[in-house]
Amino acid sequence: MKKMTEIVMPQLAESLVSATIDKWLKQPGDAIEMYEPICEILTDKVNAELPSTIQGTLAKILVGAGETVPVGTPVCLIEETEEADEPQVAATANRSSASPAPAAANASASERAAVRAQASSRPSAGSADGDDSMRHRFSPAVQQLAGQHNVNLTYVEGTGLGGRITRKDVLAYVEAGSRNAGSSASGGASAASAGMPNLNSREPVRSTGLHLSETPRIPKIEIEGQQLPGRSEYFIDVTPVRNAIARNMRQSVTEIPHAWMMMEVDVTNLVSLRNKLKEDFMKREGVNLTYMAFWVKAVVNAIKDFPIMNSVWAVDKIIVKRDIHIGLAVGTEDAVKVPVIKNADQKNIAGLAREIEDLARKTREGKLTLADMEGGTFTVNNTGSFGSILSYPIINYPQAAIVTFESIVKRPVVINDMIAVRSMANLCLSLDHRILDGVICGRFLQRVKENLEGFTLDTKLY
Amino acid sequence: MPKMDYIDAIRLAMKEEMERDEDVFVLGEDVGYKGGVFTTTKGLLDQFGEERVLDTPLAESAIVGTAIGAAMYGMRPIAEMQYSDFMFPATNQIISEAAKIRYRSNNDWNCPLVIRAPIGGGIFGGLYHSQCPESVFFGTPGLKIVAPYTPYDAKGLLKAAVRDPDPVIYFENKKCYKLVNGDVPEEDYTVPIGKANVLREGDDITVISYSLPLHFIMEAAAELEEEGITAHVLDLRSLQPLDKEGLLAAARRTGKVLIVHEDNKFGGIGGEVSAIIAEEMLYELDAPIMRLCGPDVPAMPINPPGEKFFMLNKDKVKEAMKRLAVY
Repeated sequence: MKKMTEIVMPQLAESLVSATIDKWLKQPGDAIEMYEPICEILTDKVNAELPSTIQGTLAKILVGAGETVPVGTPVCLIEETEEADEPQVAATANRSSASPAPAAANASASERAAVRAQASSRPSAGSADGDDSMRHRFSPAVQQLAGQHNVNLTYVEGTGLGGRITRKDVLAYVEAGSRNAGSSASGGASAASAGMPNLNSREPVRSTGLHLSETPRIPKIEIEGQQLPGRSEYFIDVTPVRNAIARNMRQSVTEIPHAWMMMEVDVTNLVSLRNKLKEDFMKREGVNLTYMAFWVKAVVNAIKDFPIMNSVWAVDKIIVKRDIHIGLAVGTEDAVKVPVIKNADQKNIAGLAREIEDLARKTREGKLTLADMEGGTFTVNNTGSFGSILSYPIINYPQAAIVTFESIVKRPVVINDMIAVRSMANLCLSLDHRILDGVICGRFLQRVKENLEGFTLDTKLY
Repeated sequence: MPKMDYIDAIRLAMKEEMERDEDVFVLGEDVGYKGGVFTTTKGLLDQFGEERVLDTPLAESAIVGTAIGAAMYGMRPIAEMQYSDFMFPATNQIISEAAKIRYRSNNDWNCPLVIRAPIGGGIFGGLYHSQCPESVFFGTPGLKIVAPYTPYDAKGLLKAAVRDPDPVIYFENKKCYKLVNGDVPEEDYTVPIGKANVLREGDDITVISYSLPLHFIMEAAAELEEEGITAHVLDLRSLQPLDKEGLLAAARRTGKVLIVHEDNKFGGIGGEVSAIIAEEMLYELDAPIMRLCGPDVPAMPINPPGEKFFMLNKDKVKEAMKRLAVY
């Protein structure tokens, strides 16, 4: 889509009323960068270069060298190239001449133009500069008048700021419409229908920024910044997923009084166990034997001993859930999702490993269904997978607590007054302090720790 | 009809009222022998004598207090505050006594008092000679407040204030004294308190104001008309009570409202006018209500650039009017 923009003679000094073009530095057809000088100007007070206020191509020179014009007079036209999707579509459609679509589009466009021309012959200050940011913001007065006179605002020319339809625009339109209707009474049916396009039109009238009958557009995430000079920031559209994450996180943090604790666990035996079994397991089951399966098993067994961890705050009561459905926080590049292992307490380590692998794959491939993510009663997050050794998780609302497993690191540890190198990891727990207190959580985390440290080389996966 | 300056219209009103009614008298600082620091009361002492033109001590609380007592006794005092800036020592007398006498005495007593006070800046007056204290008294039921802009209204409203049975604060603008000139009938007339006045008719924007800024508005409106923008200009004239019907009718005319006053914006008259419009005619508004007022800083600076920055002028008003017109 191409747009012509006028460059006007600027006011170079306070008392200046006119200026002379000395020399054109650019000729029609030349490409022009933003702020690039396009001509030289002479005045009584200063000689200066006139920089372009936009980027584009010089289309036409309106004031020749040597001419003197008042301040505010357009001196040239610059053609801007807008990057929009529609023209490309139209262009491809035109090339495939078999398609009837362009003809229809042209017809409706010319129809529109005719109606607009009829609606108003006044010059439109707002839309002339191409800014129609206010085109669809209707003041109460405009809406009331439109209602009274049954005017479809789509057809009214906006002469206000940013193409806004003013109260006077509606009044002028109504007056023009009634004039047309009067003349068309003798003129014929076609004129009458053209004069009152509003009566039977089904065209939706926008009354807010978001049209109710319009499907909300899915914004794409913009990775690269816009290459506008002088802009030090760029925008990323908030995706529905991002929005949902933001909403849930905020609700959790504002509603739930979070408390936090951490315990250190010695997983040396677990590391040995997994190293011993993982290749065999891969061969036999075709899935990775991850630490996650052991973590989940340890947590589920601890929840069995402390059922209150698996509960929800309901203001006048606490709802304790009998079924244990463990949510796994799985991060992707741009979001975090929490697929759920249903009835995790009824699965052995092998079963958990298989299900974890399954859910993780679905998450990465973006194939999670709503059913995969529903019904979680407790959440675990393997923050160690991205190298964290300590984190402060936000509870997955409305659950009572969340546990993270941090990186396993080898550290010198004192055992029986001797220093040993052990594989250590941290367990972090955020809790809803309305439901849970330090003592119960301490015991729970202690139990998780015992379960993890209780894995030995003899532990059975099945 | 003779043309006269704003200040002469005020003086004439006092003179005529004192001739008409023996109970009318003036009191204030230097109102007698000096004839007032602005010459507003010049000649009154010679004509009416010391008993009816009283030079008082520099004590505004005493001036108003004395006037309240006299008014309750049946006199018709016109108390002058030399500058409205000096009015605050009398605030307790005005708000807690004068405004409440009728209510407090269950209608047994009333207080037909006029307090004249020059407001406004732009006269190189600095902090203590430039204030606009309307907003201080504006929210006090029991007081009437008028602020004329034309010489016609200056005379007519002062006469109406003198004859009003309740306390009236008469804010005259000291910059208008010699700046504003206009027709003033020689005969006796009053301008009703609580009635706004359309100074100019137009269809693009409605400008609501009072006192000096109207001078700039009328100038700007004349210039804008040449650019094809017509302004409907309403002079409130009375601030308390506000002419609700009048201002709503003016606002309805265009649906685009600009309120202008020299008093600072926050908590000023414009906020109340704006609220009335929003309450009564939201669905007829075509643009957000705009206000152009003095800045929210403690006082008018004495340095000329600072004073110029603070004061409204034709250009500032015109720019605001234009902005609203193109909206």
